[in-house]
Amino acid sequence: MDVEEVGHELADAFRGHDADYIEARVSEARTTQVAYRGRNLESAGQAAAVGGSIRALVKGGWGFISFNDFDHLPDKVTLAVKHARLVGGEKSHFAPVEPVVERVPCTVRENPVMIPLADKKALLDEYVDVIWGNAGIRTSTINYGDGHRRTVFVNSAGSCIQQERCDVTLRVVAVAASDGEVQQAGLSTGGRDGFGAVHGLHGQVDQLAKKAVAMLSAPTVKGGEYTVVLDPVLAGVFVHEAFGHLSEADFVYENDRMKEIMSLGKTFGGPHLNIVDTATLPTLRGSYKYDDEGVPAQKSYLIREGKLVGRLHSRETAARMEEAPTGNARAISYRHPPIVRMTNTYIEPGPATLDDIIGDIAEGVYATNWYGGTTSMEMFTFSAGEAYMIRNGRIAETLRPVVLTGNVFSTLESIDAIGNDLSMNQGGGCGKGAQSPLPVSNGSPHIRIRRCLVGGR
Amino acid sequence: MASSEETPVEFEANHLKHIQSKQTRTVALRIVKDGRVGHATTTHTDKGDELVEDALATARFGTEARFQLPSQQSYPPVEVYDPTTTAVTLEQMVQVGQKLVDTIRRHCPEIVCEAGVARTTATVTIINSRGGQAGYRESVFSVGIEGQVIRGTDMLFVGEHQSSCHPLLDPEPISRAVIRQLDLARERASVRTKAMPVVFTPTGFASAFCRPLMAAFSGKTVLERASPVGERLGQKVFDSKLSLRDDPTIAYCPGSGPCDDEAVPSQCTPLITEGTVTAFLYDLQTAGLAGTASTGNGHRSQGGLPAPAPTVFSVSPGDASFEHMVADMKEGLVVERLMGATQGNILGGDFSGNVLLGFKVENGRIVGRVKDTMVSGNVYRLLDDVAAIGSDTKWVGGFLSTPSVYCSRVSVAAR
Repeated sequence: MDVEEVGHELADAFRGHDADYIEARVSEARTTQVAYRGRNLESAGQAAAVGGSIRALVKGGWGFISFNDFDHLPDKVTLAVKHARLVGGEKSHFAPVEPVVERVPCTVRENPVMIPLADKKALLDEYVDVIWGNAGIRTSTINYGDGHRRTVFVNSAGSCIQQERCDVTLRVVAVAASDGEVQQAGLSTGGRDGFGAVHGLHGQVDQLAKKAVAMLSAPTVKGGEYTVVLDPVLAGVFVHEAFGHLSEADFVYENDRMKEIMSLGKTFGGPHLNIVDTATLPTLRGSYKYDDEGVPAQKSYLIREGKLVGRLHSRETAARMEEAPTGNARAISYRHPPIVRMTNTYIEPGPATLDDIIGDIAEGVYATNWYGGTTSMEMFTFSAGEAYMIRNGRIAETLRPVVLTGNVFSTLESIDAIGNDLSMNQGGGCGKGAQSPLPVSNGSPHIRIRRCLVGGR
Repeated sequence: MASSEETPVEFEANHLKHIQSKQTRTVALRIVKDGRVGHATTTHTDKGDELVEDALATARFGTEARFQLPSQQSYPPVEVYDPTTTAVTLEQMVQVGQKLVDTIRRHCPEIVCEAGVARTTATVTIINSRGGQAGYRESVFSVGIEGQVIRGTDMLFVGEHQSSCHPLLDPEPISRAVIRQLDLARERASVRTKAMPVVFTPTGFASAFCRPLMAAFSGKTVLERASPVGERLGQKVFDSKLSLRDDPTIAYCPGSGPCDDEAVPSQCTPLITEGTVTAFLYDLQTAGLAGTASTGNGHRSQGGLPAPAPTVFSVSPGDASFEHMVADMKEGLVVERLMGATQGNILGGDFSGNVLLGFKVENGRIVGRVKDTMVSGNVYRLLDDVAAIGSDTKWVGGFLSTPSVYCSRVSVAAR
């Protein structure tokens, strides 16, 4: 059965049920994975997946069913409603949205999944040669992935939206080792605009191999509080982890204390600070036209001139908080219900140059690139891929990778310089609940933070 | 071929919020053509031709196969299916979750909890062209809770999880653990930046040491000469108090089973024996490349090609009680949970994490909870200087069994 036919049959089956709202997503996808380990292609695989899910809302309670077979569709709708009825016990809160009937095709010239494996291998072989052209490399890994997915969304208000998307990702890691010491450097990138998103990276791949080797003989930073300058990649991770997750309304809407902390109009940083989340920029990995509840994507200011002015919503959190929906309800696949997620999140550029920013620092740390980041709402922790001391206004010795942590609120207030060089990093996959890695991008210009705790020796 | 049915019952903000039913079904095909490995997966059960075509296309570039698939084998009788788990009703699951939430709220009315009770039944079947055939059914029941207490902008996170092949219908051990965390966290304590002894509780040990050790003992990492212990087989690398084994033969444990994902029979593999490195973990291909035998650790992650992965890690207990270890510290920390510790140089063993839940010890007593504190170290240096291994063994997440580990000297950084 074609996914469109399945969608229509499900929509028909919604009728006659005593539920406040029902929706379904049916999707088919093909993906490719290529993994290199050392100089060799270790594995290549193709996957085909087709499946669907139904979500029902009855008196504030949710039922969710997901499946790989398309038999007995009306019975599946009945089961979803039954689960919801078992849970529900109060009034439903769900923001109304105009129903939409639309087809959103993939805008990519060539579906990356259909490009011959030989072509992908040829490019990845080139990157491998670049890495291994460097002395001191012990091993390397390259993980390439592409995918094409077609999803049909239908709901009990009459929406029927078909969206097609292509996605390409690449992660390259070079590992250097000597005398029992092991260090690594990596890059992650990708895009929605086809295979071209991972072309032409030879220079960057060479740089990361050299950095891995350099870090073997680098000292560890002395742990403590420092003035820290973050590059666009790491600052992007920071804004995503430290602030982005706090903006997700599902962390806030049922929690009175969190509502107080995240009340609109409150000052979070200086007047130079502006933070945005938007799914409307076509080539970025976090973008789409409609979210997984049929709500159109939009550009949302989260912080404007230092003040909290917005947050990210699903239709339920919007209704509960009496704010407008923002189109941020996303599910990583048909196997999961949509939850509030970020899309493309960034700090808007300011006036300063990197020289201005570093020039004022007597002793500090310049941290770049990323290994990973996590948040516990109040505290963030992320690891920089590379780090350097700053001494007397200049970048000084290379350090081993550092881990930065801090209190989100005081750190945002401590951003005292914002550069003019905004750049978006497309390598990210966001994890929340079991839905990881969700395509997102994040970015920033260079920023300076006074008083950040750096973990080290 | 794997199929599963998972039924999660979820609570948010202290009340029942979702009931889900997730059915999945995947077929993964691995072929060897002209000596090269191809691989494809599908969720369609009626498109076998397409699956074979996809696998053939990838075999053109695949890696050279260095294994023989297992023929008919006998498998150890490892039980991982309990039919009473499947018989638990939705209403019973809701009751377990609600009781857990209510018990903790009675103790701490301002706490906001998220809880989950889930039941999964899965079936795995493996067949190959050498006549090998294996399969098993598995039941998993899990109960967990995460609570948040916010006072001003200070956030405290507590939580506990339990997982088993048997139904877990009494949430008392979980609520008891969370209440203990809440009580110990009542007071605030300060700590200075310096090196000091640290007791990592079972969950603390998991959050700092597990991932580096899993990476180091993978036969793949060893083969690439990127494992810090790869060239030290038979040598004493760790403190003699430390013994670690991978054991998928423990009955009714969610990580256990009669075979791995390549139908190689399960076995218990001692990785560290009284400080000496005694084995690494292998799947068929990696073993073939390394000139050794599979240890039955071939794991297909999300239907991918098999790769070495631990099944159930088990750290042998010592004889120091938790109270004893705490009493031994003039000034130190008890770390329950680290955030972000293993985002860095896992291969090198360096870790550095924010203490999400941890307590200061002064003159042998826990005096309060610490905040804005980072704990850093190198897994290999720390496990070579172990003051004691606890006797308080606990299951973490159904896949790790460990007692507390008392490290003599760990870097602590605080504001």
